[in-house]
Amino acid sequence: MIEHTRQRMIEHTRQRMIEHTRRRMNGRTDWAAHLVLCLGALLFLLPIWLVLVGATLEPAAIARGEFSLIPRLQGLGVYASVLTEGSPGAGPVWRMLLVSAGMALAIACGKIVISVLSAYAVAFFRFPFRMAAFWVIFITLMLPVEVRIIPTYTVMSDLGLINTFPGLTVPLIASATATLLFRQVFLAVPDELVEAARMDGAGPWRFLRDILLPVSAANIAALFVILFVYGWNQYLWPLLVATDPKLDTIVIGIVKMIGTETQTEWNRVMATAVLALVPPVGVVILMQRWFVKGLTEGDK
Amino acid sequence: MERRTIFPGWKLPAALVLPQLALTVVFFLWPAGQAIWSSLTQADPFGIRTQFVGLDNFTDLFADPLYLDSIARSVFFSAAVAALSMGVALALAVAADREISFRGAYRVLLVWPYAIAPAMAAVLWILLLHPQIGLVGRWLNGIGVAWDYKLNGAQAMLVVILASAWKQISYNFIFFLAGLQSIPRGVIEAARMDGAKGFFRFRTVVLPLLMPTVFFLLVVNLVYASFDTFGTIQALTGGGPGKATETLVVKVYRDGVVNLDVGSSSAQSVVLMLGVIALTALQFRFLGRRSDSG
Repeated sequence: MIEHTRQRMIEHTRQRMIEHTRRRMNGRTDWAAHLVLCLGALLFLLPIWLVLVGATLEPAAIARGEFSLIPRLQGLGVYASVLTEGSPGAGPVWRMLLVSAGMALAIACGKIVISVLSAYAVAFFRFPFRMAAFWVIFITLMLPVEVRIIPTYTVMSDLGLINTFPGLTVPLIASATATLLFRQVFLAVPDELVEAARMDGAGPWRFLRDILLPVSAANIAALFVILFVYGWNQYLWPLLVATDPKLDTIVIGIVKMIGTETQTEWNRVMATAVLALVPPVGVVILMQRWFVKGLTEGDK
Repeated sequence: MERRTIFPGWKLPAALVLPQLALTVVFFLWPAGQAIWSSLTQADPFGIRTQFVGLDNFTDLFADPLYLDSIARSVFFSAAVAALSMGVALALAVAADREISFRGAYRVLLVWPYAIAPAMAAVLWILLLHPQIGLVGRWLNGIGVAWDYKLNGAQAMLVVILASAWKQISYNFIFFLAGLQSIPRGVIEAARMDGAKGFFRFRTVVLPLLMPTVFFLLVVNLVYASFDTFGTIQALTGGGPGKATETLVVKVYRDGVVNLDVGSSSAQSVVLMLGVIALTALQFRFLGRRSDSG
């Protein structure tokens, strides 16, 4: 293990030196690449800057089209105001943030738990209809909410799940993607490790808890980011199953706010937009390294 | 691939897959079955009885010029979104793959928009393009372009394409960059030694090696543009003005949830299901990779 780490460090240093030399030998700065990347960054930063500034401006000024590019510091109070007071047609933002956070966390954790369990069963056991079970799970890949809007609504109302928090989350917890991913990860665990664990008298639960989960921690972290963003960003599902304003997620809430266009207070919309973006963006930036790796490599 | 070493017994594993299976059956297979069943039935005008009508809903659907228009609109929309988003992302990834300074910073700046919800992309673009309050929208009106995407169908289409493609750039960038980085440096060096330069080297050496990523992203982007953009379109234009931005998913929603035409909406759902199945099959048949649609 230590030898392996040392090797990797040597390899890493070698790569850095090669890169450094190559950059020096290239001599000139790659202006074209910098230009393209700056334009790309601007493409995403400009709208965000406008929203950050817009949130602090006076609503009347925005409505007249007097849009300054410099934030007005005394306008920052709008955040306190949108968080605590509702707007016409929408409740206070703190509640929406709470619903969104609850939904994103419940979906991310729920998906990870039931997918780890089912992938564990499929990879480490032989039981009747194992492959049938696997295929049933696999099929869900092909049935996104968007293609079964009406019938799913019927099932939800038959089960009394309309306008409930479980209704908002539980149906989205089934996940073929996560199951497939964990199955791949588990299949890559060397047989020797399993053999050794069994020699030591570890039962299936101890093996899962003490060996399998620790070795797949990086995959779980990466998947958590992807699923948290997925849960936070849901729109059609809450639109269908939660008509009660108490269960408005922040994404639903903000679309409602811009819907009533005649009386839109744009600074409040923009402050809400900022608050809606902070959690998922924060999670992605904080866990970027794992997340990018998990997204592109986890599925080979 | 199969394991050689396994744990004995079947009760524990059966209990382990049960939660996943139960959710799948109740919330996926059962509604999908319902959709297929109700696509084959029709309610009488008073909604008292439903009767089996075979494939009538489907023949009605494909005889309906409005539906055919919606198909054409969706195909155009999806192709435009995929092409625009992948093109921009590829240019950015090629630039970010160079050995230049600040590449770490550039990557963070281009990866974070992954977190933006489709509906939030719409909100941000409204703030840019709104004819009265949007910076760009007002500027356009100022220079004499009659800009109002709430009234002009072509402009509305342009706006939903831009917002949808913009939202997907990060995702494509991440995959293109990973694809570029997996190309062995030696291959590029060899091409450089042989005198292959700039765009020629990219087209003849890099692009062929990047083709698996391109195909994978093409399928993912088509699925994204067809299904995940519902939030973007709904928030931006609601499918309007008129039917100018009514893609297939928006139409299912309008017909089913707003107009309560269950038979037709179910038939449309079944058609969409076949579409997703075809795309997913394509993806797994040729690429052996997953989509991340949840």
